[in-house]
Amino acid sequence: MRSHILQNLKGMDNRPRVSIIDYGMGNLFSVRQACERVGLDAIVTSDAAEVLRSERAILPGVGAFGDAMKNLRSLGLVQAIKNFVKSGRPFMGICLGMQLLMSESEEFGHHEGLGIIRGTVRMLKPIDSSRKAKVPQIGWKRIRAGHGGHSSWMGTPLENIRNGEFMYFVHSYFVLPEEERTILSLTDYEDLLYPSSIKKDNIFACQFHPEKSALSGLEIYRSWAGIR
Amino acid sequence: MPTQNNIRIIARLDIKGPHVVKGIHLEGLRVLGDPAYFARRYYEMGADELIYMDVVASLYNRNSLHQIIKRAGRELFIPMTVGGGLRTIDDIREVLRSGADKVAINTAAIRNPGIIKEAANKFGSSTIVVAIEAIRQSDGRYLAFTDNGREYTGVDAITWARQAEEYGAGEIMITSVDREGTGEGFDIELVKSLAGSISIPLIAHGGAGSVEDIHRVIAEGGADAVAIASIIHYDLITKEVTAVDTTQEGNIEFLKKNSGFIKIRPASIAKIKAYLKDNGIVCRPVSWYEESYSAKFEGHGQ
Repeated sequence: MRSHILQNLKGMDNRPRVSIIDYGMGNLFSVRQACERVGLDAIVTSDAAEVLRSERAILPGVGAFGDAMKNLRSLGLVQAIKNFVKSGRPFMGICLGMQLLMSESEEFGHHEGLGIIRGTVRMLKPIDSSRKAKVPQIGWKRIRAGHGGHSSWMGTPLENIRNGEFMYFVHSYFVLPEEERTILSLTDYEDLLYPSSIKKDNIFACQFHPEKSALSGLEIYRSWAGIR
Repeated sequence: MPTQNNIRIIARLDIKGPHVVKGIHLEGLRVLGDPAYFARRYYEMGADELIYMDVVASLYNRNSLHQIIKRAGRELFIPMTVGGGLRTIDDIREVLRSGADKVAINTAAIRNPGIIKEAANKFGSSTIVVAIEAIRQSDGRYLAFTDNGREYTGVDAITWARQAEEYGAGEIMITSVDREGTGEGFDIELVKSLAGSISIPLIAHGGAGSVEDIHRVIAEGGADAVAIASIIHYDLITKEVTAVDTTQEGNIEFLKKNSGFIKIRPASIAKIKAYLKDNGIVCRPVSWYEESYSAKFEGHGQ
């Protein structure tokens, strides 16, 4: 065994260390497997200090927004996540982890989010309220480039993804960031087009689950692992 | 016009001990082969999800799929649902920890519907699939059964599906026990009346004998997803001899013999998706594996 000090930033075997933030919401097994598959040294942790020592961090999650914020607060992770993002290191939010980055959510009343990205979390429903629609949205949907066009994916984790590729979604809410230019991709739900991935500085966040989207999803992890 | 939602084609693996098995009417199980092999091939061929059912778990009150799931979770990056013998919140937590994304519960939910609410609150609605095994009665009603269609409950299947939704289920998987494994086609009437009664996604299972049957249960039945087994298993084992567990006596003979009278016309997932596409049903294309991504990930894990 090597000395403890070497475990900072790099894992024990020199692979870049990624902290997968565990706050009791959802299955982190496959996120970890996907990270390992693309050469990252992944740890699942609830420890703020551990997160802050890592080279990169992922906020995953499945479940209710209110419970998630409560758990993040009680684990002392809110400030740690904010500090990590401020440090400029690569940060990824997945599904609920994307939604938590917003200022607020309308899920079961009003909840304050992490407020790292200005925007809101809205309930998934057709614009035409007379339409009968299934919630949650579960399944493979296309992601299409937003107003920035496909070229806006260059240099982002989507850079090797085809415009219109299918990704796996399971959700009842979506995010609406204030700054439209942060939107990388859009996806449809009935007659609604909503942001399915965003990028702001060192933050990449997606509503779909790249770790459940077969090889095209792994490609997103691979590109993200290569971004500094 | 409502936009056509993307339909999911789900490969269902019934598991007994270390083997993939297949029965008829959920009975008379035959060993087909290694779950890891079947799952990997279906993943590569474009299955949108996998369902693992421990088909003997209910009899022993336990689910023994953890090792199979753990291994699959390291190699296969699509959603996996695990069912069979899950009785408690702890049972559910344990299979989710092993890498399952969703759980299917039947017997435990009928005995105590409160477990749906509790599990949905704990793990998220979208994690909880309520599986209903329905048998058509002589008066035309459908009743829900448990323990692979063996145990009578007297519960009306349609009413039960609605209740399960209210309790917080994220999806319903309906199995027609009458049709399961027969290849006689889905029970369209059952699927249609369920699809019209709930506002969460519906997975149709039991009876697929041809690509046309699968098209019908989507177009006429209104299913959001289709779980298939025999039709793809028989395709796989006839094309890939290595898939068959020949150590189990009588298997080859059984399969050969049955292909004569069971009304199943085997088809690959690719063939099923191509047929659906030609007939106006949107699904995720299967071409992803042949494309440039594959080269980058070949030989990485194991």
